[in-house]
Amino acid sequence: MNIGLLIENPALLLQVLIIGLSNGAILALIALGYTMVYGIIELINFAHGDVFMLGAMTALTLIQVLALAPGLPASTLVPLLLLVLVGTMATTATLNVLIERLAYRPLRRAPRLAPLITAIGMSFILMNIGLHWKGPSYVTFPPLIPSIDLLNEVLGLRTVVSLRTTDLFVVALTVPLLLGLNWFVRHTRLGKAMRATAQNQEAAALMGIDINQTIALTFLIAGALAGAGGFIQGLYYQSARFDMGFRAGLMAFTSAVLGGIGNLTGAVLGGFLIGLIWALSDFLFDPKWTLVVVFGILVLIIVFRPSGLLGAEVPERA
Amino acid sequence: MVAAALKTLWSGERAGRWALLLGALVLALLYPPLDQWLGLGLLGAVVPIFMFVILALGLNIVVGYAGLLDLGYAAFFAIGAYTTAFLTSPVSPLPFRTDFWLALVLSFVVAAIFGVILGAPTLRLRGDYLAIVTLAFGEIVPRVFLNAESITGGAKGIKPIGYPTLPGVSFVNNQVAWYYLVVAVGVFSVWMISRLVDSRIGRAWVAMREDEVAAASMGINLVTTKLLAFGMGASFSGFSGAIFAGMFQFIDPGQFEFQISVMVLSMVILGGMGNMTGVIVGGILLASFDRILAERATHWLRQAGGLLGADLSWVDLSSSKMLIFGLALVLTMLLRPEGLIPSARRRAELRAAQLEADLAPATDPVSSTPADRS
Repeated sequence: MNIGLLIENPALLLQVLIIGLSNGAILALIALGYTMVYGIIELINFAHGDVFMLGAMTALTLIQVLALAPGLPASTLVPLLLLVLVGTMATTATLNVLIERLAYRPLRRAPRLAPLITAIGMSFILMNIGLHWKGPSYVTFPPLIPSIDLLNEVLGLRTVVSLRTTDLFVVALTVPLLLGLNWFVRHTRLGKAMRATAQNQEAAALMGIDINQTIALTFLIAGALAGAGGFIQGLYYQSARFDMGFRAGLMAFTSAVLGGIGNLTGAVLGGFLIGLIWALSDFLFDPKWTLVVVFGILVLIIVFRPSGLLGAEVPERA
Repeated sequence: MVAAALKTLWSGERAGRWALLLGALVLALLYPPLDQWLGLGLLGAVVPIFMFVILALGLNIVVGYAGLLDLGYAAFFAIGAYTTAFLTSPVSPLPFRTDFWLALVLSFVVAAIFGVILGAPTLRLRGDYLAIVTLAFGEIVPRVFLNAESITGGAKGIKPIGYPTLPGVSFVNNQVAWYYLVVAVGVFSVWMISRLVDSRIGRAWVAMREDEVAAASMGINLVTTKLLAFGMGASFSGFSGAIFAGMFQFIDPGQFEFQISVMVLSMVILGGMGNMTGVIVGGILLASFDRILAERATHWLRQAGGLLGADLSWVDLSSSKMLIFGLALVLTMLLRPEGLIPSARRRAELRAAQLEADLAPATDPVSSTPADRS
């Protein structure tokens, strides 16, 4: 236990906070996909983590196709990176819509566990696609985002804490996406249709909302956010592997449950909280226990407070 | 004629079931000489296949009969294997050692106890939340084995593991002996599970699966019924784990990951939830793909490609195992949710919702929405 270290040097807590926020931003992007889909069709979309993984792989492929390298001037690099981001988001969004159409929509009237089992199968299929596409070992991304320590190198402070440009990059990309989603869901007609469908499908259909289209839209947005998450993950950690979607997905799902599944603000809050817990657990115990800690939290929330922090009390259905 | 006979066999009627079982048993007992006579050399692969069948039979209690989706089943497999390893391995941290046979029984018991312990927190949960909690346990258990290095050897695993002893038979590098052992345990499992399912407990499981509230109001104690399902399901996994440890003489946490849970689940789903014949067939199909066919079929495909002048050396089915299990789950659920060899009851349940909806659309303007949505 490193708790003594933390008390002697409170600045380290700030460091844990910074790492936690960067982890949490990516988790929040994935968690939103779980929570939106669960909110609308009550399905734990098990394959979502693997869509995130394929997002990272797509981003890498696009980076290679466009021959992006660290030496490029910012005036070319930034627009090209944005192009990669948009391409990745479009790919994973399309993929997610296809998955919904082929695997989940035919089962919408089936017993509730049937689509969940299908989703698990889908997760394995996507993982295998990743395996065939990029091989069994880690693939590395070029260090396109320069990693400069702002506090020590730029401001000249002498501190153990490091706030890197890569951390800012994560936040700078995540925050606009989160705000954009929030605006979309709250202030547009389609967003209103999504909220209505989530509340009551039958009533929404009677009001003239196209349920199939709205659900497809939800998967579209969820897929796009997962793609953005994969892009950021790739550039921030500079590595990806075919099976990373499983654990990342479970962590993100834990975030969604912690925040209150079905609740968008909750998913973001949960993402940042789990990101912090992750960083804190890495620091206090040992990284090898972090997954045990996070999954332990998942079990505790589901057993004792299944509605999460912000979720309303929902009666459970079989 | 033949079709009718087959139908009796598949339908799970008593006489048909016993005839089928007897035939399978005779074939199973005669397999080792047959394997040698035909020069198949598959005995070493058949033992793990049967081990997976035992796993699938155990999971079928939880998923098929009691209707509780358990995604962390490999945890109990791990607990069974580690129990045997701790009890019999010369490198075990325990101050005492036992005989393999005692370890086999204790693995059964310990796995059952853990089934109850891990099942207890999920009692109030239903459906998908229960699945996620079991999945989390399935992730936590191998990770604890991995991290508790001082006790379990961590990633290095435990080896060697004690061999079973029988007068006149050596289990050291003797596949035939292991084969008969796994068949004996398998037959015992089939017998015990079929007795359980036909008993009061089995009927309680099915009643609970069909309607918890109705079952409870008929006087079924949901708590004990669920815990029994988890405990009994886990215990057969413990059996399988003990044989796994003894046969391969080496275990490490990497052998009990989520993939195993999904593989066993695919066997149950593909074969037919709630039907033992189905689950055995599903288990044999998928496990033989995993252990035998993946490699052989790759070889055949490459040879066929060579004959046709195409270079198929890039084909490698053994790296597509996950794809096959995934497809088994997705396609079964989409095309035949009751599985290859369904239990009549389960088919009725799975099809009922679909039927209702199919009959309704003429009158119901929103046929695409589930009827029971609140």
